[in-house]
Amino acid sequence: MKKPDLSANTAGIKSPNPFWLASGPPTNTGYQACRAFEAGWGGVVWKTLTHDPIINVSSRYGAFDYDGRKVAGFNNIELITDRPLEENIREMAEVKKEFPNHAVIASLMVESNREAWHDIVKQVEDVGVDGLELNFGCPHGMSERGMGSAVGQVPEYAEMITAWVKEVATTPVLVKLTPNITDVTTVGRAARRGGADGLSLINTINSIMGINLDTFNPLPHVNGRGSHGGYCGPAVKPIALNMVQSIAADPEIHLPISGIGGIQAWQDAVEHMLLGASTTQVCTAAMHYGFRIVEQMISGLQHWMMEKGFTRLDDFIGASVPRVGNWADLDLGYQVVARIDQDKCINCGLCYSACEDGAHQSIDIFPTSIEEYEKSQGHALENGSKKKFTTSGGVRTLPGLGDGTVNVYKVNEETCVGCNLCSLVCPVTGCIDMVEDEKATVPHLTWREYQKALADGTMDRMYPKPHAHREWMPTR
Amino acid sequence: MQKTRLSPEELQSNFADIHPNYTHDEAVAEAGKCLYCYDAPCTRACPTHIDVPRFIRQILHDNVSGAAETILDANIFGGACARACPTEVLCEGACVDQARAGVPIEIGRLQRYATDYALDRKLSFFEPGKSTGRRVAIVGSGPAGLSCAHELRRLGHEATVFEARDVPGGLNTLGIAPYKLDRETSLREIQPILAMGIDLHLSSPVDADRLRTLLAEYDAVFLGVGLGVTQRLNLPGEDVQGVHEALALIYQMHQRPYFECPVGNQVIVIGCGNTAIDAATGAVRLGASKVTIAYRRSPAEKSAYNYEYELGKQDGVQFEWYAQPVEFLEENGTLSGVRFIRTRLVEEGGNGRSAKLESIPGSEFVVPCDMAIKALGQSPVLELLGSIEGVEVGRKGLQVDPHSFATSLPGLFAGGDCTSKGKEIVNAVQDGKLAARSIDSYLDQKGASA
Repeated sequence: MKKPDLSANTAGIKSPNPFWLASGPPTNTGYQACRAFEAGWGGVVWKTLTHDPIINVSSRYGAFDYDGRKVAGFNNIELITDRPLEENIREMAEVKKEFPNHAVIASLMVESNREAWHDIVKQVEDVGVDGLELNFGCPHGMSERGMGSAVGQVPEYAEMITAWVKEVATTPVLVKLTPNITDVTTVGRAARRGGADGLSLINTINSIMGINLDTFNPLPHVNGRGSHGGYCGPAVKPIALNMVQSIAADPEIHLPISGIGGIQAWQDAVEHMLLGASTTQVCTAAMHYGFRIVEQMISGLQHWMMEKGFTRLDDFIGASVPRVGNWADLDLGYQVVARIDQDKCINCGLCYSACEDGAHQSIDIFPTSIEEYEKSQGHALENGSKKKFTTSGGVRTLPGLGDGTVNVYKVNEETCVGCNLCSLVCPVTGCIDMVEDEKATVPHLTWREYQKALADGTMDRMYPKPHAHREWMPTR
Repeated sequence: MQKTRLSPEELQSNFADIHPNYTHDEAVAEAGKCLYCYDAPCTRACPTHIDVPRFIRQILHDNVSGAAETILDANIFGGACARACPTEVLCEGACVDQARAGVPIEIGRLQRYATDYALDRKLSFFEPGKSTGRRVAIVGSGPAGLSCAHELRRLGHEATVFEARDVPGGLNTLGIAPYKLDRETSLREIQPILAMGIDLHLSSPVDADRLRTLLAEYDAVFLGVGLGVTQRLNLPGEDVQGVHEALALIYQMHQRPYFECPVGNQVIVIGCGNTAIDAATGAVRLGASKVTIAYRRSPAEKSAYNYEYELGKQDGVQFEWYAQPVEFLEENGTLSGVRFIRTRLVEEGGNGRSAKLESIPGSEFVVPCDMAIKALGQSPVLELLGSIEGVEVGRKGLQVDPHSFATSLPGLFAGGDCTSKGKEIVNAVQDGKLAARSIDSYLDQKGASA
């Protein structure tokens, strides 16, 4: 089968694939940029340039692990480039010469002064960069000096500086947005008014990574003190997706998007693209695993596209944008209920405790004697299944069997509201399905339509499903 | 009997810990796999009902002392059980991750990680209850006796333990293959138990007369005396030099340096239970060049657990199935071999371990050996109780109420191997714990009626 065309284009910045390295520690030097392109990255957004290199602190990064998995979330208090502008520019020129078809984008941040912006734009464009990315998002350090997110949080500043840059820029200008704001579209619109050619989002989120319980120091700490750092990594993806979608759906913005935030696997990138991003940017995952992760991203994207019959990225970019909207426009008549496949169920009871304590008490527990359980399961316990009897020293065991009984869990469809919780916590793939409730009686209409129907008197008030009965007074 | 030819270093390494403790990272990686089941099957499958998901999550969240407390609260011998429990038929056999991912969570090793943490730091979690002034005598300091004594102390009763041997711990200290549970670990685990204020009398055997006195002097008595001597085969040559009892050999491995433990060059172990495997692997590790386990039935009927059987095979132990001993052969006053006869199942003779066997005429064969080890199970201790008025002793041993652990004589309770005919440490611990609670209500009622 012919491999799909992965060539990407955001606001005229072209790259052989949609995977760019975001501005950050992995893009600090020409050496890293070369290694990245050799590994397969389509573009590199150079670590933010400025006129005078900054001084950094030590240490700089923090991470939190989730129940044994490393780096579910990550943050940093590292600033922009610590290298002289001339050095960066020289290396950019060399990299661009070596990789003419790859995208080299200069991320920029200087003081809020028209001449300063004009100067740096001209200097970097002289070496042949493919585009500019204005860093209005960095939430730590630089923001205290009136740059970074200090600009990105004030629509007027963002508009003004974008306009300054556009006065001299000859390459496409992306404005990088900060998520540390109530409504990201306000700055997106301002950037549009300032003449931006595209938007990239999200930058990192204000955060304190954690506290060391022995020393009481914040993480990361600098000689016992910490500062708000920029939060990123797998755990921020949902926040990023929401913001990307809201920018993509805004009729006043209508600009190309480079999606950033929580991308560590090809699926994450595809989600960003389905919500409107034409390219994606990655940083934390490359910091965690190195540049070679792009191999899996490219391969995953290719195979998914072939499976779906897509030949180029435009076949699916933005496809899910219209599927997100207001709650008031959701179909009240769409009713699903959970269904547990007893053959696949391993009797762990996670669905039960989740529903009982965290949802609508709609899963019941049936302690079942082993004789009865064996009868009800039949072929599911035969050889070939992992759920089978073992005999050792004359003792017969079965996973899930304790003290002579197996707990069987069943959904009470009369009260199940179809919230998904049980299927989300179930550890067995395909064991709990959410299926449309054939007995549902609610007509297909939205809340908005329902309100209108009530006002018009064409419909009676509807009532939710009954709650399950539980004895709840503590026994004394 | 020749001394072993292995060097002390080789012997030390042969008997080294079979499953070294987890490192922190190993423990967290394993703990991270636990699903945290509701009404967890592992907990229900554990005779002492340790809250397994809870202690594993405590390990995962770097609260290892909390994990140890969870374990020891249910099972004061959590460390010994972590090493010696047949987890494959208990907690791990019930683990649902086996049905999902093909392998269970290594609950036993996680339990050891937590209990070792407490042991290494000499942490103790429990305090004696408010004194009731009631006095209970406990006969036997094995897992049943000390578990009972510990629980009695938590309930505020005085606990005096009488132990026949000069070390406490019973089978925990002396009766498990040392590469699983060594004497030092067992004794270390007992320290915090005794520190609850248990009055321990070592080298204090209790006979029927003494038991009568205890019954008169104490408010209640608990018997945790275990089992008696290994059953006899009643075969010719059974008393010849070179024929041993399995448990006696395992005791020696705990009581003297390995190089002083007797072992033959060619060893035959009769029986295929877990003690037989301990004896056979012990003989291999002591330096025997050939060790054979002979069993009169097929592999399917052996009472050794699969894990133990695999251990035996890994140690190079050979197996003779359908082989029934008929005579111990002697040459120059010592054992020279065992004569066996082949058996087969009698048609329509039932199945399993109780199926009828018949010997095959003319199938006799001799296996030469210089050491034979009988691992046939032990007889109940009947002589101690036979003469106590009011105590009913059945043919199989002491009978107790399965819930209260009370014997037919008011004030006399019993548990552990002496009533179960030989189960696991974990069963003995639970018996002792529940018996203590039952003694507590007995003393309550006695107090109320007095």
